Amino acid sequence: MSKIHVTTTVNGDEMEFLCDPRETLLDVLRDRLNLTGAKEGCGTGDCGACSVTMNGRLVCSCLVLGAEAEGAEIATVEGIAQGDRLHPLQRKFIEHAALQCGICTPGILVAAKALLEKHPDPTEEQVRFWLAGNLCRCTGYDKIIRAVMDAAAEMREAA
Amino acid sequence: MALDDRKSQFLYVGTTPDRPDGLDKVTGRAKFGADAYAPGMLHGAILRSPHAHARIKRIDTSRAEALKDVKAIVTRADFADVPFAPGLEGEFWNVLENVMAGDTALYDGHAIAAVAATSALAARDALKLIDVRYEELPHVTDVDEAMKEGAPVIREGAADYSVPEGMHPNVVRYHESGHGDVEAGFAEADLVIEDHFVTEATHQGYIEPHACLATLGGDGKGELWCCTQGHWIVQKTCAALLGIETSQLRVTASEIGGGFGGKTTVFIEPVALALSRKANRPVKIVMSRNEVFRATGPTASASMDVKIGMKKDGTITAAEGVFRLQGGAFPGAPGDMTAMCAFAPYNLTNVRQVGYDVMTNRPKQAAYRAPGSPMAAFATESVIDELCKQLGLDPIEVRLKNASHEGTKASYGPRFERIGLVETLEAAKAHPHYSAPLKPGQGRGISCGFWFNHGGETSVSLSLSEDGTVQLAVGTPDIGGSRASMALMAAEVLGVPYENIRVTIADTATLGYNDVSHGSRVTYASGLATIKAAEDAVQRLCARAAAKWGIPEDAVKWENGCAVPSGPNAGEFDPLPLAEITATMGQTGGPISGHYEATPEGAGVSFATHIVDAEVDRETGKTKVVRYTVVQDAGKAIHPTYVEGQFQGGAAQGIGWALNEEYIYNDSGRLENPLFLDYRIPVASDLPMIDTVIVEVPNPGHPYGVRGVGETSICPPLAAIANAVSAAAEVRMRRLPMSPPRVLSALKSDG
Ligand code: FES
Ligand code: FES
Repeated sequence: MSKIHVTTTVNGDEMEFLCDPRETLLDVLRDRLNLTGAKEGCGTGDCGACSVTMNGRLVCSCLVLGAEAEGAEIATVEGIAQGDRLHPLQRKFIEHAALQCGICTPGILVAAKALLEKHPDPTEEQVRFWLAGNLCRCTGYDKIIRAVMDAAAEMREAA
Repeated sequence: MALDDRKSQFLYVGTTPDRPDGLDKVTGRAKFGADAYAPGMLHGAILRSPHAHARIKRIDTSRAEALKDVKAIVTRADFADVPFAPGLEGEFWNVLENVMAGDTALYDGHAIAAVAATSALAARDALKLIDVRYEELPHVTDVDEAMKEGAPVIREGAADYSVPEGMHPNVVRYHESGHGDVEAGFAEADLVIEDHFVTEATHQGYIEPHACLATLGGDGKGELWCCTQGHWIVQKTCAALLGIETSQLRVTASEIGGGFGGKTTVFIEPVALALSRKANRPVKIVMSRNEVFRATGPTASASMDVKIGMKKDGTITAAEGVFRLQGGAFPGAPGDMTAMCAFAPYNLTNVRQVGYDVMTNRPKQAAYRAPGSPMAAFATESVIDELCKQLGLDPIEVRLKNASHEGTKASYGPRFERIGLVETLEAAKAHPHYSAPLKPGQGRGISCGFWFNHGGETSVSLSLSEDGTVQLAVGTPDIGGSRASMALMAAEVLGVPYENIRVTIADTATLGYNDVSHGSRVTYASGLATIKAAEDAVQRLCARAAAKWGIPEDAVKWENGCAVPSGPNAGEFDPLPLAEITATMGQTGGPISGHYEATPEGAGVSFATHIVDAEVDRETGKTKVVRYTVVQDAGKAIHPTYVEGQFQGGAAQGIGWALNEEYIYNDSGRLENPLFLDYRIPVASDLPMIDTVIVEVPNPGHPYGVRGVGETSICPPLAAIANAVSAAAEVRMRRLPMSPPRVLSALKSDG
């Protein structure tokens, strides 16, 4: 089957790749662009481990085709820190022990960042419902919710 | 002051520094199982049986082989190239049979053949071109059905010596234990309740599917990268299955995205190695979620009868239980563990328990956090709850009255050493949660839980660098922050800052054998070994100081990270810090290291008490957990935040098991819900915050008093939630999960 040529922007860098029409954006990020931060937990849009943003919108990259990335702006977990400066969410996740195994962490960070950009002052309930598409099997979510709330508070203070 | 000489004052232990792998894990750079790539790598894919039970008449791979992207295909019958070792016996044979079917497909999802191709898509396309002719056989997936006369036999001759004569061949192991005279005990009781309980199989549900990257050459030398709870067992098993020498296969454990017991065996690893040997190229296999559900270990399902007698004052006079555990198409369901855990929290004069391990046409069960204990507690603690209710007694007071303590003869045999059950019950009673008022429609449940914990083979190596920093190599994959705990314990002994210690999970070539990270053993056993290895290094450090000062070695002791004279008679010398000794170690006798290898036996059992409030919607049958408190004995919490994390994680998994999660098989024996959409694990909006109380009753078997904490946390939730739902719905819940349709029908039928 012939491959499709795609030009896209990932975390601000312009990138090009060839992909099979059936390959997902997640496959492309991981297998063709060496960005393995996004994880495949299910491949069916149910776990959120593959969360990225596409033109600012939070998506499951396992449900987007690689070819759809043409001309798009993609942001992944690898782009959250600015140089050696961690994003408040990243710092708070470490501080609050909001990860055990850490496989869900990239997706949850991407999703939480998208939340705080929309709702800088979320209630606990809002955080819980926003993150309801991101499965974590290790933590029971308690420390994740606290880390997000704390990061939100810090970011509001800094703003 | 403690009566024994166990250390009770700590500088580093009990603090909560950031974990060493934190940065890697929040930036996406940590490498998990599927994150490895190799030059020339092929992608593997596995063809799986669509039938619950079928004879494999013929496998024709010729059409797939003709594809130019396909580089290797393996099946069990493919003996021309001997992909797997023939002549295996015992558990190795079971594992081989599970990772690649022999002449019969034993469950929906059983591996039949595997392909390696130049891309993942090409491999999947090739699978469609493999023709398999099956002859379907009668199947059975339910434990009670599988024990009945006339049930389809999964495999003749699978039963061991323990099974009494006359049982169905699907019953493969039998356990019986207890003491006293239960009949006499029941006769003394004012009230006896006997009831039947059922739990469905659930999956560990780790978010990371199994993944590996394998390289094996015709010279018998191999490299394997995989996500596993224990890479030495992977090494040993794969070597046996492939007929190569153990030491020639080097296995490296990736970061692991959850395991909970499910990553303590192999599935795809031997297949990837066999494909690699045949193609002579590296082969990567990553399971899909569908494969994880259909072909990797769910927990056992259970059918249980429990009978308990109680006096009016709450004294339990006798307890008896029968536990039938279904473990899929191979022996291994924890009928014994379930039976042994069932009454362990209680000090009983008369107790008897029986456990059955039963085979069915389902995937081979794997360990899931305290295997057997959560189901056992569901049955036992439900009956105790009902007794308390009918006798008008407080459930915590009754448990306190009957609680096991130091010296109690356990229901499963031995006498308990120092244990902390009473302390968890007292802490639960004193917790504001227990006395908080309930709203209408809400119910409160409590339950105790027990787990043995485990030691296991362990080796640890620690080496000092010239600049005084420390490299610590352990062999137990870090599944929840254990590198931080190890560094804290090493810091404590050496007297150097936590940050100066780098902990690595060593590969199989660089450290002695280590059992898997299971049985809540890591902080206990690897921790104990870390302490001993650090003490070994301290001894060598003291020897260098003694040589420098020209005094005997036993005249030097270690204090706050320095060698100091042990007393006034030893002479007057300034403290010699660790970094000063290591700075010149090249000239004073060479590198300084510390080692420890052992199989520590003092793991120390652990107990927990959980309190939960649940609210039942009488219209929809939906249950919401509104408040949850975990009280558990950790012995000594090395890193309290990560201990809390284990408590909360276990409780959340228990909530899923109690309310929603289940394997659903249809009439043709196929799994109906092999995806997260239909197998519903708790999401953030399902749960409340989970409150925790860490009780510390030191374990006499560990230098700092550590007890494992990973598993006990999942023992009480099923029962605690069932008791809360039963109270809220005013009807006894006897079957898990308590999904909305089940609760609704219970409300209608009054149980
Ligand atoms: S992998 Fe995309 S949602 Fe699970
Ligand atoms: S930390 Fe393991 S899945 Fe979330």
